[in-house]
Parts: sequence; C-alpha cells; structure tokens
Amino acid sequence: MSDLLSVRNLSKDFPLSQGFWGRRKSLVHAVDDVSFSIGENETLGLVGESGCGKSTTGFSILRLIEPTAGEVWFQGENILAMDANQLRQRRRDMQIVFQDPFGSLNPRLTVERIIEEPLLNYENISPDERLKRVAEALDMVGLLREHMTRFPHEFSGGQRQRICVARALVVRPHLVIADEPVSALDVSVRAQVLNLMVRLQRQLNLSYLFISHDLAVIRYVSHRVGVMYLGQMVELTDVKTLYGKPLHPYTWALLSAVPIPDPRRARKRIILAGDVPSPINPPAGCRFHPRCPEVMPVCSQEIPQMRQMNGGHQVRCHLYSYLENGR
Amino acid sequence: MLNIRNLTTCFRTPNGITRAVDNVSLSIASGEVVGVVGESGCGKSVMALSILGLLPKPPAFVAGGEILFREHDLLKLPSNDLRRLRGNQISMIFQEPMSALNPVFTVGNQLMEVFRVHGNLGRSSALQSAIDMLARVGVPAPERRVKEYPYQLSGGMRQRVMIAMALACRPALLLADEPTTALDVSIQAQILELTTALKEELGTAILLITHDLGVVAEVTRRVAVMYTGRILEEASTMDLFDHPLHPYTQGLMASIPRADASFETESLNEITGVVPGLTDLPAGCHFAPRCAEAIDICRGQAPALEIVDTGHRVACWRRGSHV
Repeated sequence: MSDLLSVRNLSKDFPLSQGFWGRRKSLVHAVDDVSFSIGENETLGLVGESGCGKSTTGFSILRLIEPTAGEVWFQGENILAMDANQLRQRRRDMQIVFQDPFGSLNPRLTVERIIEEPLLNYENISPDERLKRVAEALDMVGLLREHMTRFPHEFSGGQRQRICVARALVVRPHLVIADEPVSALDVSVRAQVLNLMVRLQRQLNLSYLFISHDLAVIRYVSHRVGVMYLGQMVELTDVKTLYGKPLHPYTWALLSAVPIPDPRRARKRIILAGDVPSPINPPAGCRFHPRCPEVMPVCSQEIPQMRQMNGGHQVRCHLYSYLENGR
Repeated sequence: MLNIRNLTTCFRTPNGITRAVDNVSLSIASGEVVGVVGESGCGKSVMALSILGLLPKPPAFVAGGEILFREHDLLKLPSNDLRRLRGNQISMIFQEPMSALNPVFTVGNQLMEVFRVHGNLGRSSALQSAIDMLARVGVPAPERRVKEYPYQLSGGMRQRVMIAMALACRPALLLADEPTTALDVSIQAQILELTTALKEELGTAILLITHDLGVVAEVTRRVAVMYTGRILEEASTMDLFDHPLHPYTQGLMASIPRADASFETESLNEITGVVPGLTDLPAGCHFAPRCAEAIDICRGQAPALEIVDTGHRVACWRRGSHV
C-alpha cells in the first residue's frame, strides 16, 4: 500500500498568556512529535481522551491550524511548504467532516447551495453540470433530490451529517478527515452514518483519518489505529493487534475501561488514578508515568521513544526497551 | 420502595399537548439498581424530574398516574414535604456537573448547605462533614478542595462533588441522569466503580438513566427500554441482553459497535428512519414506521406492556401471547 498521506514529527504549541498583563508566556504542547501515514483506501483511526491532541492533529494536516513544526506529505508534496494558493488547490483533495452537524452547516443556505459551494470553488463547470453533481452527491449519501431546496433545520442530526458528507465528497477528494462524525448522533442513527462512510470508502477509493474518543466506533471503521495521550502518539498498529494484543499500559487501561454491552462478561478493570495532567506542564519523562500501573524508575526520567516492534507495531513505552537493547 | 404507576407527563407547546412520558409503570426495590435506556427525546429524564417534582409547571403537567415512595404519593405531597424529602431521602445527579454546581460558591459552601438544611448541623460540624464526604468519594486533599470553586476542578472531580452532595444524607434512592456521559472513558470507569462501591456501603437504590447499553450491562440488575415516552421492554439485565424481545431492543443491540476483541462485528445493523418528534408521533406503536416486522395492527393500535416471562415485559403485537 503506497502512502497517500505521511505526517512526520508534527508538533503544535499554543502560546498561552498568563499573569495580569499577559506577560508571562507559556506553551501548551497540544501535539508533540506525532508521525503516521495513511495508505490509499485505508482508514487510520485516532483515538484518545479529551485534550489528547487528536483534533489538533487533524486540523494541522489541513492547516486549519498552523502547526509549529514537522512535515505533512500528501501525494508527494509537502503541505506545510505551500503558499496560500497552492494550499487552496490541494485542499480539494483533502476534505473534512466535523463533529457538530448543527454548527457546521450555514442555516441560511439551502442544501443545494451548501453542496455546490465546493464545486464553485474548485471546478469551472456549467450550472447544469453542477446540479447533476449535487444530485449525484445527495444520491450517494442516501438523500433525495427533493431535499435540495430545503434548509438544514428541516433535517435530523443524522441527515445533516449526511449533508456534511455529501459536501465533502462532491469534489471527489482522496482523503477525508472525519472529526468525531457520529458523536453527536443518537445510537440508532450512528450505525447508518458509520455504514455509509464504510460503503463510500469502498465505492470511491477514499482514505479516512477518523478521529474519535469512542474505542468501539474506531474499531469498526479503522484498518490501523493510533492511540494518543497528552499530545503524543503512544501506540500505533493494525486494528486487530491493537484490540487483541495491545502493548502500551495506557491502551490496556482504556480498553478495560470501555463498558461492554454484555452483562455476562466478567472482567478485570484497570482503573487509572487521577485525571489527565495539564499539557502546559506535562510530566517529565513518560507523560503517562504518574498514572501508569507498570511505572518503573526510568519512566519519570527518560522520555520513551517510539519503538518499532514486530509487524509494524509501534509503541512508546520503556517496558519494551529490553527488546532493543538485548537487556 | 419506589412505585411509579401509569405516569403520564405532558408539556403544553404551541403545537398542542405532547406526552413526554406516556403511561409508564416502573418499580424499584430498596438497594436495587434499575436502568432506563433510551435515545434522546424518549422521556427518560422527564420521568426522573417528575419523581422529584422538578419540572417547570407550566409548561409541564402530570396528566395522570401516581408515584409512590414508601407510603407517600409524591405527586400529591405538599411542596414543603416534598422539599424535605428531596436531597434527604431522594437525590439526583445530573449529566453536566458544571452547570449543576453554582459557579459563585465554593464546593465546600454548596456541600455544607446540604448538611445545614437537612442535617441541622452548625457551621463547623457541617464543614467537617463536607470534608469527610469529599474524602469518601475519592477527592484528594479534601481540606483544600472545600475552599475551591467549581471552575477549579476537572470534570471527574466535579462529578465526584455532585455525588458527594447527592449522597450526603444517605438517601434511600438516587436518580442518576447520564452521570458519566460528559466524562472520558477512564474517568467514567472511576465514577461507575465509585457509585457501585457507595451503593454497597450505603444500601442506596439507584435509578440509572443512560443511552449507553454498555453502562447498563455493567451496573444494573434490571432495565427498562424507553422510546418516545413509553416503556417498550423491561427485564432483568441478563434476560434483556440474552433474549431481547422487542424489535427496537434487538435492533439497538445489533447496531452498536463493540470494543471487546472477542466480539467480531462484520456489519452493523441499521435501524432505518429517525426517532419521531413528540409533536408528530405515529398512531399505534410508535416504533412501527421503523420496524421491519410491523403489520397492520401495529399502525393502528398501541400494544400494551405485557408479561411474557418471569419479570420480562414487552409491548409488541408480534411477541408474547399476541402471536
């Protein structure tokens, strides 16, 4: 599988003013040295708790937020080195679907105007042709031609998310970044949107960066999964290995904390003590060490590096250092 | 201990009267944990607020039924008596701990209020009780935390404060409305563990309202499934997950992705359509337009909730003795 998108050592620091006059400056390390790639026709799931930097990572790739450092290669071009014009053209191939289907559609525009806007931006085609493409897009996401003249408020949450998907796909992109696309939806409607996204991927050869806090949703849609904690990628591997044989203690804890809809399953929960620390002053050494059930003396002193394990499995944890050093 | 019989709660809206809770009967024994699951708009929160008499009237009004708590009918109780019961014998935890706490008072202040109003304690003993209670729900350094304001606490800590406040008077019944929905998974696990431990310790009965079938499976002994104001199915938790009967329950269970490695999901089942709004409910069974098994009678007449097995009730024309 050749890489469509390759993110290398991406970092984003947000400056933060403190003190009465805002003179004391500190930095929030929202994303710190994150690397991953996405192949053609592949879904990479990014999972983590609130504040772990998963959305900031997604936005940085499109430069909706300007990253502080790193490289983003898309189809052989470095996105971060582009000027505004080149970037605008490139974004046609990289579309985004946001979490909130109520806030991301302009309430004053009809569905037709909403979906044709990317076409007006990127394609110089006749109005007839445009209408045809909008109708195609609606058809793709399971909405009707009659819906074109309606306004967003006339639709339910699930239908609005379909409109967002249609808007993203109308320009036929290669990569879609989906930031918590089903979190705002009711349980019985979630399955409709998830199945739609999986089906469209096969039909249109799409790649997804699928961002969610929901481990069950991520498992269903992803081929490979990255787990983030406090701005860093702590584990990255294929979906089967991540859920079957996870290596990082944080992944163990996360997976054991997800409530499973099966009352007969007896399980041992790993309860993490305390809260996620602040990304302004992250803990020294491994960022997870104050909450880690397997903590060792080295963890508070040395920052663990991402290690390559068998079969492309990557993990950022000192537990596995002996495998490299032969200790 | 709590016995809800044929409760109907309505709202007056510009488009007419809507029934948010429609002829619901449910009982909870002391020390029992009962779950109510349903999607948004199914009436689960309105039911909890009806129990406590916390709905704004108007537009809300209770159109019928009774809510028996021990020997009292809560719907007929004078507001003074109800107030004495609230926070003392029945208390509630809300979904969003930030909006449920008062931002301009310290955590200690708000916790002490419970002890001073319901326990008739003086200032210093109320403060001591507040610190003890915070320690009990696992808030570190409670002596320091009592002096802090809600904005200084994380989401998980705020929810712990809410639980401390709700359990301060050792209530016989706790209504928990989506207590972990706003929290991260690792914090959710902490709170669920804490609630279960405190329940064992204090013998409190819990009515847990949630949309998450996973939470229901882990915490409750009995579950009622609600849809557009009505209970469609009620059973012991084991029974409900082993043999869900109502097409809605079955569809819901097959539509959720799972994170446990032992369970493979090939393709998610979709329930077609959307949850209807309360102002334009279909005639007959409310689920009929989305139901693959619907027949003529489903669209004309609402099925009654009937017992099909010991402790298993279902409202469906295609199940039980109707077939």
